Amino acid sequence: MAASRKPPLRAEALLAASLLTPALLLVAVLLLVPLLWLVWQSVRQDGGFTLAHYARLVTDPAYGATFLQTFRISAIVTLACVVLGFPVAWAAAESGPTLRALILALVVLPLWTSVLVRAYAWIIVLQRTGLVNSGLEALGLIHRPVILVNNEFGTIVATTHILMPFVVLPLYTTIRTIPREVLAAAASLGGTPAFVFTRVYLPLSLPGLLSGAALVCVLSLGFYITPELLGGGRTYTVSMLIARNIALYDEWGAASSVSVALLACIFLIFFLAGRIVPIDRIVGTR
Amino acid sequence: MTARRACLCLALLLGAGGAARADDGITFVSQGGSYQAAQTQAILDPVARQLGISIDQDSAPDAWAEIRTQTATGKAFWDVVDMPAKDCARGGVRGMIAPLDYAAIPNARDLPDAYKTPWSVAYEFYSSVLAYNTDKYGDAPPRSWADFWDVKKFPGTRALRDNPLATIEAALLADGVPPDRLYPIDLDRAFRKLEQIKPYITVWWTSGAQAAQLLADGEVDMEMAWSNRVSAVQREGAPVGFTWNQGLLQYTSLCILKVSPHIATATRFVDAAIGRQVQADLTRYTDNGPGNPRAYDIGAIPPARLRDLPNTLDNARRQALVSTEWWSSPAGDEAMRRWLTFVRH
Repeated sequence: MAASRKPPLRAEALLAASLLTPALLLVAVLLLVPLLWLVWQSVRQDGGFTLAHYARLVTDPAYGATFLQTFRISAIVTLACVVLGFPVAWAAAESGPTLRALILALVVLPLWTSVLVRAYAWIIVLQRTGLVNSGLEALGLIHRPVILVNNEFGTIVATTHILMPFVVLPLYTTIRTIPREVLAAAASLGGTPAFVFTRVYLPLSLPGLLSGAALVCVLSLGFYITPELLGGGRTYTVSMLIARNIALYDEWGAASSVSVALLACIFLIFFLAGRIVPIDRIVGTR
Repeated sequence: MTARRACLCLALLLGAGGAARADDGITFVSQGGSYQAAQTQAILDPVARQLGISIDQDSAPDAWAEIRTQTATGKAFWDVVDMPAKDCARGGVRGMIAPLDYAAIPNARDLPDAYKTPWSVAYEFYSSVLAYNTDKYGDAPPRSWADFWDVKKFPGTRALRDNPLATIEAALLADGVPPDRLYPIDLDRAFRKLEQIKPYITVWWTSGAQAAQLLADGEVDMEMAWSNRVSAVQREGAPVGFTWNQGLLQYTSLCILKVSPHIATATRFVDAAIGRQVQADLTRYTDNGPGNPRAYDIGAIPPARLRDLPNTLDNARRQALVSTEWWSSPAGDEAMRRWLTFVRH
């Protein structure tokens, strides 16, 4: 019996593999080959092997400072998106159909607006003569304008705004699948609302939370337009450095090495995060 | 017979697009926006009619990386580029830009030697000037880079360009270097002076539009900005002013990609585009100055326009000319690299 069932299984695996082939080929051609090309270029100079592009990353303090600032912005943005996005996702999941549709529409709508437009909108809102400053001055809360934009703060505000849907949406789908009975059971067994939230609700929403946070973290590391427009020239991200290096050194390698270093940092962070937080268990069990 | 005709038709069909472009068309690249629109009206359309060629247009705020790619692949989508003179010269040294055949560019005789390199001719002038908010400073605005550096006498928020070009020169002028003694630049001295003002810089701007907006919106009280951008927002009624005093005169140049398949047509275009008449006409649409100084001599520019143009004799006398030669030298590259560390550290 077992022997007779084996061939169809193998055929099925073969079929699955053949169905996967186009996708795998696409990944190989569009992702792996360019990636290898990037690494190759980063160790080339004038037709020979070199580590000069990597040595520069270590010896020039500007590079370390830029990496540090990029990861700091990414961490703050991720935290802000989670803290601000959780209540939104919760409200959408718990409310009636009309309100839910409205909340989700408000979350998704900004995604249809150009990043450029939203960056300029934030400039208008946050600048010295902007809405926030003139409002605070009218209320007598401040006497001279506060610098809210053309710095890291303005960059973080706009980036958080742009990336928020990427936390809210996966979180919302996860929260929707939490069985209400489990919460009722926890409460009926004497759990206070805070206890039920931290020990039942939060752990069950973790898969959505983590995938959303990971998405925001990685996306924000590659932001270019927002820090360029709202950073005032003092907020430098790695992507800006990559662009600048092409003009500065006239060598693709100078830019490639920065990209490779960024990629390595991201892998390292996710590897370390995976050691601390059992990501596969949380996401995989569902 | 029919077969031969069919073949001929097919050959014509296949060849027509490419062949027509190869003979009498070029692709011209500038920096876009109202600046490129002005060129279309004053220079590109008239020159296309005059030479009987077609001129396709493209825009790139930073053409360098794109030219590098087209050179590396040997596939030119561009022919003539309008970009900072130092990039033309840098590209020339690196084999990305073709040397100009000056025998075929008689109009280049109008230009002084300082406006020419073996690969490029001056196309239009702009100036990095000290601009300020007139509401803030009233009758006693800053008048020199020394004033810009004087944060006690002139309090207020400040902006500079996130680029050493002209900014380094301003630092040296603020430090008391005479305008005719700027080059070769003493980089250590310039960066020492820049470190002094760095804590007071609110914004390091990256685009001309951004600089204009910072000043017009009151985000900064004084800044280095391009004169044509300042006079444009001035005309829109913004409370801004600027001084030609110690302005840093710069020009963009025309140059031809070495991999361009249309070098002969491109050369004819370059000659026509720096002609006196079209160059004078450019000032009807923008506050950029003509790259050909003889455009001022033919009586085509109304006297009322002269006040806003950066390179009239009167205005140029108060400014310093940024050296293309120095900035396209290895020392210029060194300045660009040190700048990144300076701004980021």
